[in-house]
Amino acid sequence: MTRRLGLALLLVAFATSWVLAQTAADRRRSGYQDMGEALQKMQDDDGGNPGLLFVQLGRQLWDKPAGSGGKSCADCHAIAGMKGVAARYPAIPKGADKPIDLEGRINLCRTDHQRAEPLAPESQDLLSLEAWVAYQSRGVPIAPTDDARLVPFRARGETLYRLRQGQLNLSCAICHDDNAGNKLAGATIPQAHPTGYPVYRLEWQTLGSLKRRLRNCLVGIRAEAPGYAAPDYIALELFLMDRARGMPIEVPAVRP
Amino acid sequence: MSNVMVNVPKTAKPGEMIELKALIMHPMETGFRSGTNGRIIPRNIIQRFAATWNGQEIFAMAFSPAIAANPFVSFFAVARQSGTIEFHWTGDEGFDVKEQVAITVG
Amino acid sequence: MRQRETKRVIPRPQAEGSLRPQEGSLAALGMTALPRRAVFAGALAITVVPLAAAHATPDAMAAAIKEVTGDAAVREAKVKLDIPPLVENGNAVPLTVSVESPMSEQDHVKAIHVFNEKNPQPHVFDARLGPPNGKAEIATRIKLNDSQRVVAIAELSSGAFVSGSAEVIVTLAACVEDLT
Repeated sequence: MTRRLGLALLLVAFATSWVLAQTAADRRRSGYQDMGEALQKMQDDDGGNPGLLFVQLGRQLWDKPAGSGGKSCADCHAIAGMKGVAARYPAIPKGADKPIDLEGRINLCRTDHQRAEPLAPESQDLLSLEAWVAYQSRGVPIAPTDDARLVPFRARGETLYRLRQGQLNLSCAICHDDNAGNKLAGATIPQAHPTGYPVYRLEWQTLGSLKRRLRNCLVGIRAEAPGYAAPDYIALELFLMDRARGMPIEVPAVRP
Repeated sequence: MSNVMVNVPKTAKPGEMIELKALIMHPMETGFRSGTNGRIIPRNIIQRFAATWNGQEIFAMAFSPAIAANPFVSFFAVARQSGTIEFHWTGDEGFDVKEQVAITVG
Repeated sequence: MRQRETKRVIPRPQAEGSLRPQEGSLAALGMTALPRRAVFAGALAITVVPLAAAHATPDAMAAAIKEVTGDAAVREAKVKLDIPPLVENGNAVPLTVSVESPMSEQDHVKAIHVFNEKNPQPHVFDARLGPPNGKAEIATRIKLNDSQRVVAIAELSSGAFVSGSAEVIVTLAACVEDLT
């Protein structure tokens, strides 16, 4: 009797401390929680989320042969094997020494394995393929790889995140750490976790990548936005994904 | 290549009211925006969306430029007979897309 | 939020890259004040008068509504607009219009017309309904380029018109926003 009581009390103590630890430590919110109910419904509607049109397109492209080899993605990869991939990118491909993002990975497959032309940055085909791959990780917690080689790149990302830049002399941290939850020109400032990329942004009226969003931020603070090939975007993404570690992937997200 | 997502229940009881959802990829360019060269981007919209059930029209909608890009429409219909529901979008630049779904009522 | 300061009354001359010529107001919809019964004749389409740089005004909305209702009285009843009161981005605003109606052969909604008062043109959509729908409810996503009122007019099988409206605050403009 006492042993059972003891065990029960232990369980209660464990559960309470676990809950307290969670609520005390993790105040992170996805941008989903900063949107109005109507937009949350739009994202949740599997029959009406506009990002799903691109996921569907990506699924068709996945099966479509490309390049001089006439191979499709499906010829090498079972789509089920893509689960978890988006949750751990950016990563360093075999034989390379610099990290790439998911778009870079898709293009590397195209050039190296399919012997096809790389897809242009921000092109509908590239975004749709990325959306289809990332969609396989829907609900999977973000889990960056513990590759020691990524450390200096991630550190660069953190430096950029805290760097004041542009004519407005703002850093990412000033808005997204210090002022998340406050209003900026009528809009709620989110914490900026990349849980839903590629995202259907209403501002764009189409799907777009994290790079595109980062460029919008840079233009917003009146800083110069480097071209899409700049490695600083990968560095930032590495830092942001680490900062969002454990948060579930919600592709395709809808954002204002 | 047009990209469409329609959401219609596969089966329904006779007299049951069902919700039909239709989403299509389309820029719905209003004709009121200027490009980076300062010139108006020409209008390019879907003008009409209609649905038929076994050939009988059950819904028709005229879109204006005020309908959002990648237009989404949901409406209702009372299930009466098994058959084919067809959605039809037409618009600028010869846009003409049809999508059919089968439904079993009974 | 960028606002267009200049108001142009004269339509832009037809040049490459500008609006295509349109036929005139709602002729293609069959919506003229005279043969109101032939309201949805033939092709159902909204033609837009090419006032590319002008803004719609509440008067323009009233005129557009009058083209549909003519001199008939419009009762504010039965029509509900479900639209978020505060919109984060005017490019895709979810809207649901529902009209209380049994949707029977004897008593149903024939058409729902939605208008706005501050977009460059006053129409949003026009829909034709009937007893096969069972419920007079339509959901879609619309563009709103400013905080404004959205009005829905429902035409009943009896020939009567009922309406409803909603005020929306838009924190970011759609339609006339320039690309950068």
